[in-house]
Amino acid sequence: MSTAPNQPTRVLTVDDSASMRALLNHALASSGFEVHQADDGQAALEWLVVNDVDVVITDINMPRLDGFGLIERLRAGSRHADRPILVLTTESAPEKKQRAREAGATGWIVKPFDPDKLVAAVRRVAH
Amino acid sequence: MTSEEIQAIFFAECEESLAAAEAGLAACKAGTEDADTINAIFRAVHSIKGGAGAFGHVALQAFTHTYETLLSDVREGTVAITPPLTELMLRALDTLSDHVSAAQEGTAPPADAALLAELTAAQAAHAGAAPALETPASAPVPAPTPVPASAAADQGFDLDLDALLDDLAAPAPAAEWTLRLRPHAGAMVNGGEPLLMLRELVSAGGRVSECDWSLVPELDALDPFQGYLGWTLCLPADMTEAAVAEIFEFAGDDCGLAFGGDAPFPPARIVAPPAPAAVPAAPGAANPAPCAATQPPPAPPAGQSIRIDLPKLDRLIDAVGELVIAQAMLAQRLGSDGASAAEELALIETLTRDIQESAMAIRAQPIGSVFSRVPRILRELTQSTGKHVRLEVSGEATELDKTVIERLGEPLTHLIRNAVDHGIEPADRRLAAGKSAEGTLRLSAEQRSGRILIRVEDDGAGIDRARVFAKAVEKGLIAPDAQLSGEEIDLLIFAPGFSTAQQVSNISGRGVGMDVVRQNVKDLGGRITIESVAGKGTAFVLTLPLTLAISDGMIVNVGDQTMVVPLAHVIESLRPAPGDVKGLGARRQMLNVRGRFIPVVPLGRELGAAGCREYPEQGVLIVVDTEAHGQAALLVDSISDQRQFVIKSLDTHYRQVEGVAGATILGDGRVALILDVDGLVARSVAAGQLREAA
Repeated sequence: MSTAPNQPTRVLTVDDSASMRALLNHALASSGFEVHQADDGQAALEWLVVNDVDVVITDINMPRLDGFGLIERLRAGSRHADRPILVLTTESAPEKKQRAREAGATGWIVKPFDPDKLVAAVRRVAH
Repeated sequence: MTSEEIQAIFFAECEESLAAAEAGLAACKAGTEDADTINAIFRAVHSIKGGAGAFGHVALQAFTHTYETLLSDVREGTVAITPPLTELMLRALDTLSDHVSAAQEGTAPPADAALLAELTAAQAAHAGAAPALETPASAPVPAPTPVPASAAADQGFDLDLDALLDDLAAPAPAAEWTLRLRPHAGAMVNGGEPLLMLRELVSAGGRVSECDWSLVPELDALDPFQGYLGWTLCLPADMTEAAVAEIFEFAGDDCGLAFGGDAPFPPARIVAPPAPAAVPAAPGAANPAPCAATQPPPAPPAGQSIRIDLPKLDRLIDAVGELVIAQAMLAQRLGSDGASAAEELALIETLTRDIQESAMAIRAQPIGSVFSRVPRILRELTQSTGKHVRLEVSGEATELDKTVIERLGEPLTHLIRNAVDHGIEPADRRLAAGKSAEGTLRLSAEQRSGRILIRVEDDGAGIDRARVFAKAVEKGLIAPDAQLSGEEIDLLIFAPGFSTAQQVSNISGRGVGMDVVRQNVKDLGGRITIESVAGKGTAFVLTLPLTLAISDGMIVNVGDQTMVVPLAHVIESLRPAPGDVKGLGARRQMLNVRGRFIPVVPLGRELGAAGCREYPEQGVLIVVDTEAHGQAALLVDSISDQRQFVIKSLDTHYRQVEGVAGATILGDGRVALILDVDGLVARSVAAGQLREAA
């Protein structure tokens, strides 16, 4: 599941907002991550069928398939059952975080995020 | 990509979002909206809010937050879509558009206070009212229900609370500090990996000082999805608790954390797997025999077990107890009739004893189950005291009654804490005394003449008798000029109210004094004694019965009564020489035991037995040890026997009687009362003092 040494950690960012994806991409790529992007949950699901990744970062509110739906589908299969998945949330309330955990997320990133904290969170869960 | 370029994407996105929201609201106005329409409007506003926060457009973010709160309720169906509401949302969209332009051009944001109030009022009003009410949104609507806490709490701003917490974190502690952590099963699901958190701590300068794997079961009972392991880490002084908490934030309460050296280890949350061994399985199926070079003789599967309800077992033990009594009665009858069937009788006696032992063995469990908890207790103690202690355990296979085993944990734990805390000296003092720096704690169990001896022995400094004596005087337990032997001084630590714990540390002082330890042991029908040698160490010796159902007792005669004194209380028995007993007042007498005076309790008078001997010189004195009043001498006419007896509760057959602990049936079929020595002596001493005062 882990990448070979010296291989950059691969991250898939899933957000329907291009600017949010750009922000994530900027922060992660400048810290040495290999970043891929998907427009929404459905696109992410399709991309993940044929591609592999180390960490998934997903927004919750998205058209077609939202973040919780994406996590549910990924956890149901065996290939991504143990994949670290972080959700992007604007809510810092503990019950919202708890909900993310219950939905199967590994962790969360509160928007707006501090790039250093984002990178730390991804490193924290990257197997 | 620069920040400006990303912002440009954001503003382009805002145009798209505004257009999407406009289209959605148009559908609302036309009455053709559905769930997807509302969701799209919500998402559009939500998206603008997210970007506004990321790029620091505070006014835009605040406005979208209030707007989003209303839309969220519309989406949930708690606020109904009405023409006035659609009107309000359209006006809000116009203001939102102005906000976006202002943010893009860096001009002052539009005035939005009145509109914000309207949005909040609409949300609040509808949240409580029936959906169909068509109140004009512009009408002054007093807000009957308060704004939901979530909206009020973070009015507009998504603050990075974690960053704030970090900034506000308490000043760093002065030295390296200790963290104990124990990930539970929940920390290992959904992509969670506690190892990464450990690594993060290590890369921040922490080091693992110990791994607690005492809970790891045998391989066949191991469930890889359970959290058996715990770690103790030394963290650098500049690492704050908040920083640690952040590392474990995702694990939430699925990873137990204990900050500081004094904090106990977070308890494990191991879910026991369905016990497979309890089902009587086909031999060899559940427990495959170990591979042997020669297959043939199918060895009996080790550890095969069957689960029995405890009450069923107790009935069996009870019946066996009756059998023991019946056998004794028969032996007595036949013995007095001339021993015509001596051979057969001996056989029955042997068989009875075998049955009794087998029945007791069913309830028996190896003491190892209690001992196995000790290493962990010791590790925690060494961690918190900084003392190094080596553990030596022997006799783990010694078996005791299940009830005794269950109730032994607490006193034993306390004795071990006591030994490490008070007994074993710090390394420097040990070296100065010519000992090895590492202390030794010996824990042993053995069966000896129908009783179990458990020793908790340390090689520490021994009991500081001068200090114990001074402390007892200070506590008013003894007179300053009391003449006590060394052993008697040692025993003072068991006196209620005596505790040296708070002087030394907070480890032993957990609300349990040594008096409670002694009481626990006595409740089990046992005794605890101390062997202490200054400079060499201290040993606490627990003498416990094999079972609680059968006990050892001294059969005594008082007048026309036969009674049983539990052997656990008896220290010695003696015939007093003339002059050993001194009168004290009109009715009280004291016995001189090697220079020390203890009260004489005339059993016959206390219990109202007829025809008993009044004067100690005519009878026998049994020196007993009691819980609250130290030693006393029971005056009885004679001692007739010392033997095992089956305890029968008086409460269930009659009622509770003061001074009587229960009853038993003697070999000759008579019922004898078992004395409650503690209660009797307490009552007698109190009555004597009253008489004296009168």
